[in-house]
Formats: sequence, structure tokens, C-alpha cells
Amino acid sequence: MSLLRKEHSVLPGFGLSLGFTLAYLGLIVLVPLSAAFLKTAGMSWDEFVAAVASPRVMAAYRLSFFASLAAATVNACFGLIVAWVLVRYTFPGKRIVDALVDLPFALPTAVAGIALTAIYAKNGWLGQWLEPHGVKVAFTEIGVFVALTFVGLPFVVRTLQPVLEELEPEIEEASASLGANRWQTISRVLLPELFPALLTGFALSFARALGEYGSVVFISGNMPMRTEIVPLLIITKLEQYDYRGATAIAVVMLTASFALLLLINLLQKWSRRHHRV
Amino acid sequence: MAAAVTSSLPAVRPPSGAPLRATHDPRWVRWTLTGLALVFLAFFLVLPLAAVFGEALRKGAGAYFAAFKDADALASVKLTLIAALVSVPSNVVFGVAAAWCIAKYSFRGKSLLITLIDLPFAVSPVISGLIYVLVFGAQGWFGPWLIEHDYKIIFAVPGIVLATTFVTFPFVARELIPLMQAQGSEEEYAAITLGANGWQTFWRVTLPNIKWGLLYGVILCNARAMGEFGAVSVVSGHIRGETNTMPLHVEILYNEYNFVGAFAVASLLALLALVTLVLKSIVEWRHAQARAV
Repeated sequence: MSLLRKEHSVLPGFGLSLGFTLAYLGLIVLVPLSAAFLKTAGMSWDEFVAAVASPRVMAAYRLSFFASLAAATVNACFGLIVAWVLVRYTFPGKRIVDALVDLPFALPTAVAGIALTAIYAKNGWLGQWLEPHGVKVAFTEIGVFVALTFVGLPFVVRTLQPVLEELEPEIEEASASLGANRWQTISRVLLPELFPALLTGFALSFARALGEYGSVVFISGNMPMRTEIVPLLIITKLEQYDYRGATAIAVVMLTASFALLLLINLLQKWSRRHHRV
Repeated sequence: MAAAVTSSLPAVRPPSGAPLRATHDPRWVRWTLTGLALVFLAFFLVLPLAAVFGEALRKGAGAYFAAFKDADALASVKLTLIAALVSVPSNVVFGVAAAWCIAKYSFRGKSLLITLIDLPFAVSPVISGLIYVLVFGAQGWFGPWLIEHDYKIIFAVPGIVLATTFVTFPFVARELIPLMQAQGSEEEYAAITLGANGWQTFWRVTLPNIKWGLLYGVILCNARAMGEFGAVSVVSGHIRGETNTMPLHVEILYNEYNFVGAFAVASLLALLALVTLVLKSIVEWRHAQARAV
């Protein structure tokens, strides 16, 4: 029995389309990705550990993890509010605001990076007001957090919006007619309905932030041990021609990303099942 | 809709006091939440966008337009267009082929295939560039062979095109797959039964049905292709006038403290982003209309 078996269909083109899909997928994605794993397989265990667990790399993991976590958390909270406002309320200019939410998807990350740096630098639009009060944003961990919040912003809004739109008003009416007040309706009826989608949006935003590079490098200042994110470390190693070191860190990141992708897929399945019931 | 339903059912109103209290938020809640949302979006979206144009025009329109007379800036625009012109059509052909085989047939391993198509979204841009260096770089798998035959992929245009193709790989496919799955195959069956061949069926039946979804995917794919920074940065080698795309040129100018020049080129990319958002909204609207009919 062959692995890929076609069910009888009168439509032509199965062999051609599947063959092209697999060849293109293999050449563009799978073969290059496997190069990273094969390159690392050639390293000894000690060499690998030395490359992926040195203090400078550990500091970068910590920054990437916690800054992404903070950014995804802020995006989850405000994303919920933005999605709620966009679905439930009306106000002038709503369609423009709705379209603008996708700006981080459309604006090149390097442009976002230099724009945020211009805003939060010492003499920048906001920086000149913040720095006299001791709040330094550009070239600190807070700057990394601001950039990651920007790139992850649309995910929570865009995963919540369709779910909110499909919620039927009847369940809120039922809850109300059974004596619940507005807060009880929201916390016991609406939020549990929204939770799987909220978690999916959070995970998507977190995963995006972990790998982000372009918007962060300008605002972070890139100080070793302090404001160096993991993708930047890979670039640094490449510039020193340390291909093995760079690839080893890349493999750690890829493993984390694939685990997250799996988790997101499971979350989405849960979310869909949750809604059919 | 919600208001219409509740107002036609006065019986569900709580008898105690304010009408609709349990299904509608009080005014102060609505205003607070709307205010919070707008302030958040103003700080994180509007302010950066305004900063790009503000910084670009800081020294007046003359300095702004002078930035585009630079030959290196023009070369970067050209390279960005080349990268998008190759990678977007390849990913369109792939996206249509992938959606055709996934939506029209059933076979084993289909959900695995869908997951693999999404894979590039999970990969950090920097790693997307790195893997091509490992394959085609001087120390990579094909490096010695390429050097021997005098082909350049890494630190040259082909590497930039490949990295761009990788990061924009899923855009068209992931728009088309759910759309074609939802549309089913009845119309194609009818066409085949009436004597059309496979290509006729595709061009005259399938393509008109998926055109809005396809256009949507192309718009998103193009925006990412022209704006990609991390992946392209790894494979480009940063040779001025030769292997710098627009985002890379922005970085070079910025690091040279030529802020007006950097923000001028950046403003072109920001305009592209705005055009993308407008086109996207139009396509969404047309698509919704086409479905409603």
C-alpha cells in the first residue's frame, strides 16, 4: 500500500499538483531546514552544549523568553479589549481602526524598528518626556518589549474577532434571564467561550516574538548579556564565521518553535471542537 | 442585530431597573473600553507610522526627495522589485497546486502536508536565511561545487530571492486551501461531465471562484516579500548597490546616521504597507459581497 493514495476522482491533475507541491515544498523548505539539523548532528555533545549553553547565550534565551512573554501578555489583554470594542461597539472611524490593526503584518520590521527607536530615543518624540523621569526605553529591555508588542499585536485581535462575531446574543440573554448580572455573564459565560481563541492568539503572538529580529535590533542596543536577543546572537556568530555555533543555537530555537507550532495546532483544534459543541 | 433581537423581546428585560442591563454594557464601560483600545492602538500603531513620515520630512521636502536621487537607493528599489517579482509568482503557482490537490482529493498524510506548508511561519527570519547559507554558502553542501563552476547564490541575488521565497512560502496556499475546501468540487464535476478538460475546468470554473482569495494571498505575500529583513540580511552580504534590498538599505543609512535618507526610503515601505492595508480591506469587502450574492 502506498503512503499517499488517491481516492477515485474524476477530476484530473492529482499527480501533477501533488507532485509539484511535494517537489517545491522539499526544495524550498524541507531540504534547507534539514541542513540545520544535519550540521548539528556532526557536532560532539560537549561542543553542542558549549555552543548553546554559554552564559551569553543563556542571557539571550532569558531575554527573548521573558520579553516575548510580557509582550504576548500585554497583547492578550489589550487584544481582547480591541477585539471586543471592534465587534460590539460602534464609533466613528471604526473601519479604519479595524484595517489599521494589521499594520504590523504589512509594515516591514526594519521600518518599525527605526520608527520605534526614533520615538523612544533620548531626544525622540516620547523619549524626551520619559527619560527625565528615569524611564529609559530605547536600548534597554523595555525597548525589546515594546518592539515585540508591536509585531505581535494583530494576532490576538484577529483570532478573537471571528469567535466574538459568531457568539450568539441568545446565550447572553439566557444568562441574563436566569438572573446573572452583566459581570457574571461576562466572566462565567463569555470569557470561557473566548478562552481557547484567546490562548491561541497569545501563543501565536509569543511564537512570533521569539523569532523576531528586524524590529528589535534597532531599539535594543544589542549589549551582550543585557539586551541581546537569540536571533541576533545567531547573526553575531555568523559574522564571526562560527557556522556551527550559529546552527546549534538555531536548532534549539527551531525545536522550541516546532513545539509551539504543535501546541498552537492542538489549541486550534480544541477551539474548533469547543465551538461546535 | 443584537439590539434588534433584544428590543423585540421585552420579556427578557430584567424587571428591576435599567433596561437591557444584562446584555449590554453601560455607557461608562463602553466609553472606557473604546478609549483604552484607541489609546493602545494610537501608541503602538499610529505613533510609529507618524514617526516614519515625520522623521523623513524633518529637514524639508528638498532633503526628502534628494534621498531618492542616490544610485544605491534606486538599486535597492530595483532589487526589492526583482525579489518580489520572482518569489510571489512562484508561491502563487505553488499555492494553487497545493490547494488543488488538498481540496479536490483525499489522500493519506494530508494534514501532515498542511502542517508542513505552514512551517516557514514558525521559523525565525534569521534562521530562514541561515539554512540557505548552510546549503549554498562557501562552507555549505553545494558550496565547493558552486565555487568551482563560478555560480554565486549566497551574497548574491539568487540567495535573496530564495530567502524571500521561503519566508513568503505559505501565504497564498493558506488562503486558498480553506477557501477551496469550503467551495467543494460540484462545479468542477459539472464542467468535466459537460466535456471540459482539466485546464478548461481550472481556468473557467475554479479560477473565477477563487480569484478574491487568490488576490488576498498575493497582496499579503507581496507585502512580506518586499519588506523582509532578517532572512535577506543573512544571505545578502550587504554590498551597496548590488545586494541591498530596500529594508537593508534603510539599515545601512540608519547606521551611518543618515536619518533623513533612512526614513525617506522607509517612508516608501510604509506607503507600501498602507496601500497593502487599503487593498486588503477592499478585497475583504468584495469577497464578502461575492459570498452574500
